[in-house]
Amino acid sequence: MSSAHLFSSVQELAAALAGGRLSSVELTQACLARIRSVEGRVRACNSFDEPGALAQARESDARRAAGRARGPLDGIPVGLKDVIAVQGQPLTCSSRMLANYVSPYDATVAAKLKAAGAILLGRLNLDEFAMGSSTENSAFGPTANPWDLTRVPGGSSGGAAAAVAAGELPLALGSDTGGSIRQPAALCGIVGLKPTYGLVSRYGLAAYASSLDQIGPMGRSVADVALLLGAIAGHDPRDSTSLRAEVPDYGAELAVRRGPWRLGVPREFFGAGLDPEVGAAVQSAIAFYRSRGCEIREVSLPLAAEYAIAVYYLIATAEASSNLARYDGVRYGHRSAAAKDAVDLYFQSRAEGFGEEVKRRIILGTHVLSSGYYDAYYLRAQKVRALIRQEFVRVFQDCDALLSPTSPTAAFRLGEKSADPLAMYLTDIYTISVNLAGLPALSVPCGFTSAGLPVGLQIIGQPFQEAGLLAVAAAYEQAHAWKDRHPSL
Amino acid sequence: MTYQAVIGLEVHVQIRTASKMFTRVAAGYGEPENTLTDPVVLALPGALPVMNKAALDGVIKAGLMLGCRIAPVCKWDRKNYFYPDSPKNYQISQYDQPICLGGAVEIELPGPSRNVMGEHKRIPLTRIHLEEDVGKLTHGANDSLVDYNRAGTPLMEIVSEPAMHTADEAFAFLTALRIAMVQGGISDCDMEKGQLRCDANISIRPQGETRLGTKVELKNLNSISFVRDGIAHEIRRQIAVVEAGGAIVQETRQYDGEAGASSAMRSKEMAHDYRYFPDPDLMPVRVDEAWLEGIRATVPEAMFDRQRRYLADYQLPYSITSVLVPDRALGDYFEETARLGASPQAVGNWIANDLLRELAAARLPLAESKVRPAHLAELVRLVEGGVISTMIAREVFGAMFRTGDLPAAIVERQGLRQSSDTGELERWVADALAADPKAVAQFKAGNEKALNAIKGAVMKASKGKANPKLVDEIARRLIG
Repeated sequence: MSSAHLFSSVQELAAALAGGRLSSVELTQACLARIRSVEGRVRACNSFDEPGALAQARESDARRAAGRARGPLDGIPVGLKDVIAVQGQPLTCSSRMLANYVSPYDATVAAKLKAAGAILLGRLNLDEFAMGSSTENSAFGPTANPWDLTRVPGGSSGGAAAAVAAGELPLALGSDTGGSIRQPAALCGIVGLKPTYGLVSRYGLAAYASSLDQIGPMGRSVADVALLLGAIAGHDPRDSTSLRAEVPDYGAELAVRRGPWRLGVPREFFGAGLDPEVGAAVQSAIAFYRSRGCEIREVSLPLAAEYAIAVYYLIATAEASSNLARYDGVRYGHRSAAAKDAVDLYFQSRAEGFGEEVKRRIILGTHVLSSGYYDAYYLRAQKVRALIRQEFVRVFQDCDALLSPTSPTAAFRLGEKSADPLAMYLTDIYTISVNLAGLPALSVPCGFTSAGLPVGLQIIGQPFQEAGLLAVAAAYEQAHAWKDRHPSL
Repeated sequence: MTYQAVIGLEVHVQIRTASKMFTRVAAGYGEPENTLTDPVVLALPGALPVMNKAALDGVIKAGLMLGCRIAPVCKWDRKNYFYPDSPKNYQISQYDQPICLGGAVEIELPGPSRNVMGEHKRIPLTRIHLEEDVGKLTHGANDSLVDYNRAGTPLMEIVSEPAMHTADEAFAFLTALRIAMVQGGISDCDMEKGQLRCDANISIRPQGETRLGTKVELKNLNSISFVRDGIAHEIRRQIAVVEAGGAIVQETRQYDGEAGASSAMRSKEMAHDYRYFPDPDLMPVRVDEAWLEGIRATVPEAMFDRQRRYLADYQLPYSITSVLVPDRALGDYFEETARLGASPQAVGNWIANDLLRELAAARLPLAESKVRPAHLAELVRLVEGGVISTMIAREVFGAMFRTGDLPAAIVERQGLRQSSDTGELERWVADALAADPKAVAQFKAGNEKALNAIKGAVMKASKGKANPKLVDEIARRLIG
């Protein structure tokens, strides 16, 4: 197979597979070849299982030859952020703590992808335990942005975004707790969707902040992302927070939903801190929708704009401090050789196993929950979270979706913000409130800066309105050629 | 100075369910180490809890049995602390909204003798909540081993008000609670298997004082008699400290039942900050009226209610009721036998004396007894109808117990029918009178009891078949 397929859409690949013009083994080998050729510079993969992937590909080809192909994802390679468990594959969370850990079981999304015939190829880099916005907090080193190797790919799903943008893989699954799918999608010029909380099972996702985490699809087009979302969504009896929602055929819905829509533009998301070039790109996207007959109305989300980051860092760190307590060196994971007794085993193993940002958040979260501070921090944060949710409900009374920048800036330089955690936290200012409210949102490319860096448009929807959200994004995508640009590596 | 002790108990009871509290893996005891585990039990990355409804059914049933108010919503919290027996290093528990609030355990204190009912009290409960059990540590010389088989087993924590004042009351509380949980089918409450565990909070104060003294938590009371002994010991220890001019230190002490002594484990300064917060992995569960109704239908009659009924309706002696009611199956057995028309008093006696003795000797549970209520009812009717004597009935009962045959069949087969043939009886009595002139003389002199010797001789000669009432009449007539 030629490298022409590297940036093909999943529809094209599926058609080629179905038509016998391409085999899954050929496609998988092409991905492996691309990985080998660019990984030295991009460093998106923590590991990849070449023999395992080729074995899955041969099975897929055999199924197809026997007339038992399972659908559009059969034979298509999909990369997984290295926080999603796949039986027999490493699950490192980009942490020293789990550097040698192999999962003995499948996450529900992994089992669903296997059932759909997808080839689970590649464990993708991230900020350790999904804590960060640049993938620089990985214990195994940072991933580079394929558009400019001196810049970050965003995070925490930076490996997934970079791998898809670089043509290493057609699709990937990321996870999004405060923007970790959308922000790297924006910075790498791809499409990434954070589903409604409860649409996709979290079973098998190493937890960062349970009430905010969602697994979501990342791809080079809205249609690709729609296809992958359909494969992973749906109620899971193993996840008590998974909801019994109807899962439509998202791809088919794209063809039906054509607008026009009532689109809200939150005034507070265009204020100080927004890079002018990013702002201009988003404004021109808004103008596009207006030109297509959509009603554009300015809306206000004052609480979300003012308090989302503070609320997020109280709730997410509190949950993280408890979720990460299981990494203690007793049953699995890093176990300090220096420990003298049980308590020392905890101290040493966790001191050696966790990186700076993870420790910072565990300490913060432990403080937030501690006796005497709980009411002032955690409880109050939950109350403000409820108010932020209500604020969105109110705004959605008059809007089908909201438009905003995904990130205030395009990709920043490696190391630029790593010494300043607060500056790093502010990169998620437009994405975090969406997680607090449990809403679905996606980022779709909407142009490039003068330096040739991608810019993302965030579209926020109402709960379980992913089909509508994807349709709004597709309308823009079809009228623009951004997705046909690829980084030169 | 006299002192009053104030005692509150915290009792942990495992709920007997097929699977664990938050996952499908089996709950059980005595399996090879770390075999009752899965990703959830071992807290592997990505594993999530899903509530086992049967465990919630169990705690709600316990709450209904003990008269608690059942919360309309079951909410879960995380209790955070590091310990190697806790795989997640937090325990899923209930903090500010326990599933059961209030309620009480009715207890009976020892009476003046075993034939006389003791004083009854109602010990109020603070709350009952549901949580998951932890694993088990085994400490070696240079290492410690963890077995997670027990981890994640559903566990109720039943907390009493500080409303008990003696070790006997605490003992009675635990006994009554254990019987209730076993009778409700909620737990087997086997303390050796850790299915029931008890900690006690104990303080003393001068008699008449209303404020509470400094409390000491006593742990490791791992048998029901250790609870009584340990609490009695701690009360004596505290009084001795105060009498010697010392002050009680708030601390946790461990009782060593074998040595009959306690030692300090940790002081208040080392108390944990558990950082409770609502578990974001679990949704609150609504407990509606239909759910409660379904469980209410399975709540058995309380032991002391049953005892009061047996005393009033069946006119049973207290000593018999106190044998029958602690074992639900035994009480059911009694009632079924009585329902078949046999005299309740006689049935009670047969069960409390003969049946239980035979079962104990044969090491059999009641369920495996070949003597079923229908057998026993027939036996009692045979005695009451004068077909066999009580003495013969004992013999028949032994045969019933061994063979499972109906008593009437045994009586016929072995020719044990009581003799009321006057001619035959007169011959036996005449022989007996002739053989014991001394007894005859004593009887004539007014000693009623002397007749017993004659009657005994007749019963012996008749191999128990003589009708005792007729023997008595005939003997008086022949002597007179």
